Amino acid sequence: MKQRFEVILAGSGGQGLVLSGILLGEAAILEGKNVVQTQSYGIASRGGFSQAEVIIDREEIIFQQVQSPDVVLVLTREAMEKYSLLAASVPVFYDTTLLDRQAGENFYGFPFTAMASELGHAGTANMIALGVISALTGLVKPENLAKAIDRRFSAEAARRNREALWLGVGMAGKERDNGGI
Amino acid sequence: MQQAAKLMQGNQAIAEGALYAGAGFFAGYPITPSSEIAEECSRRLPLAGGTYMQMEDEIASIGAVIGASLGGTKAFTATSGPGFSLMQENLGLAVMAEVPCVIVNVQRSGPSTGLATKPAQSDVMQIRWGRHGDQSIIALSPASVQECFELMVQAFNFAEKYRVPVILAADEIVAHMRENFLLPEAGEIPLVERKKPLGDPAGYKPFQPDEDGIAPLAAYGSPYVFHVTSSMHGPDGFSNNSPANAAWRVEQLHRKLERYQAEIALTKEFDTSDLDVLLISFGATTRAARAAARLARQEGIKAGVLQLVTLWPFPEREVRALAGRVQRIIVPEMNYSGQVAGEVRRVLGSGADIRQVNKYNGEIITPREILRAIKGDVDK
Repeated sequence: MKQRFEVILAGSGGQGLVLSGILLGEAAILEGKNVVQTQSYGIASRGGFSQAEVIIDREEIIFQQVQSPDVVLVLTREAMEKYSLLAASVPVFYDTTLLDRQAGENFYGFPFTAMASELGHAGTANMIALGVISALTGLVKPENLAKAIDRRFSAEAARRNREALWLGVGMAGKERDNGGI
Repeated sequence: MQQAAKLMQGNQAIAEGALYAGAGFFAGYPITPSSEIAEECSRRLPLAGGTYMQMEDEIASIGAVIGASLGGTKAFTATSGPGFSLMQENLGLAVMAEVPCVIVNVQRSGPSTGLATKPAQSDVMQIRWGRHGDQSIIALSPASVQECFELMVQAFNFAEKYRVPVILAADEIVAHMRENFLLPEAGEIPLVERKKPLGDPAGYKPFQPDEDGIAPLAAYGSPYVFHVTSSMHGPDGFSNNSPANAAWRVEQLHRKLERYQAEIALTKEFDTSDLDVLLISFGATTRAARAAARLARQEGIKAGVLQLVTLWPFPEREVRALAGRVQRIIVPEMNYSGQVAGEVRRVLGSGADIRQVNKYNGEIITPREILRAIKGDVDK
């Protein structure tokens, strides 16, 4: 099992990336890990480049920023441009509802936003993405993400977000069956 | 620390620290990147029996904080550069009237409103010298979420003990960062309460120091009736413009902190047992410095870090003690001119090899950038 994960969640303000980073961090703490979560955003509360970073480690995390990501999620064109040239060993997850198909072997496209809309909750695309990523990379266990969701949201919102999470976990299973990752 | 670790944000930890310290009053005007402190206090303080006041601006905010403290309550505010600038005049009043209070300045990139969401460490000198007139002040600077909490408690303890305003000089990085956090049990960190007057209220002199150099402070509304003015005053609090009194007051404001310098000047050392290159850092930049020192050691260079937990009064003795053992000193900081580097030069004199790593574009200094300076590739 890998000791340290550096994760980038990049997109635009309002897509729930910082919240996703927090939930990832909370799930990792439930697994006894050290976590540092940071973010970078502009002065607009909606739109504009926004990025959350999460480092998960068994050891003390000294420098707080991601220096060489192990996992990347991109939800906008601008974010894709920023992270399209990473080493082929770094999986880049992206939203095929919002972005063109990417050719490289390390790109994993899923229709996060379309799936969220089908669920009836367009705002849960980030949770579907967390489900896919956690299931495919082993960053954290999906059940600990579910626990973190339960602690953060009221009953109805927690149910919606958990539903989205497990939908993502299910999608990941299909991807794996197809030999995707 | 019995509770399980929680993921906590620096700003939340600052609010948590204030509650732990027994703060009963917050007045403020929310501003990025400090707003979560106000947000947390607006929910939590009333539940703890305290008061949250959203003010019309930062001038009023610190005015309310000073009033609340004189009323006998541990009081604080939180702001960032533009608001901290507005607070200077009343902060001078808090110094002059020896009012215990805590001001959190979450530093962001300037000048003026600058880059509202980006970090900086460029208020170091404003914190020290931002007010007119002779004075001294205490400032502490956290490098982690846990330190945000611990230093907030420490800030209240210093404020109460020495009867002074204390600045918690955080930065956007540490304030918005989330990390594992352990909330100490009640009583685990000792709390200091201000010294109250004893004896006949008629004889109370609010600015007459005891043997320990600190004057007891009564609360407004108590039988100890006293006068507070921003103008020069004598031990009884009433106007006194004699040269002898003025000199005594100015000396008293300085000497009470000079006397306790050893208690106030907090530092931490990392990898300093064998040392050729010393990194002197504060706030979030400490983390990049520590990572850089480790990278240097992998390349056979003995580098270590002195973290200035206390920025003011400047930890001169601690800097001197380590500097005497090294060939080179590097001061990384997120400002243009090297505000702390200048202090290090002042303390060590012109003979020392002191180099700077400065960043002032809203971006964070990286370990690699500091490593280049350690290896001698940057010379400023």
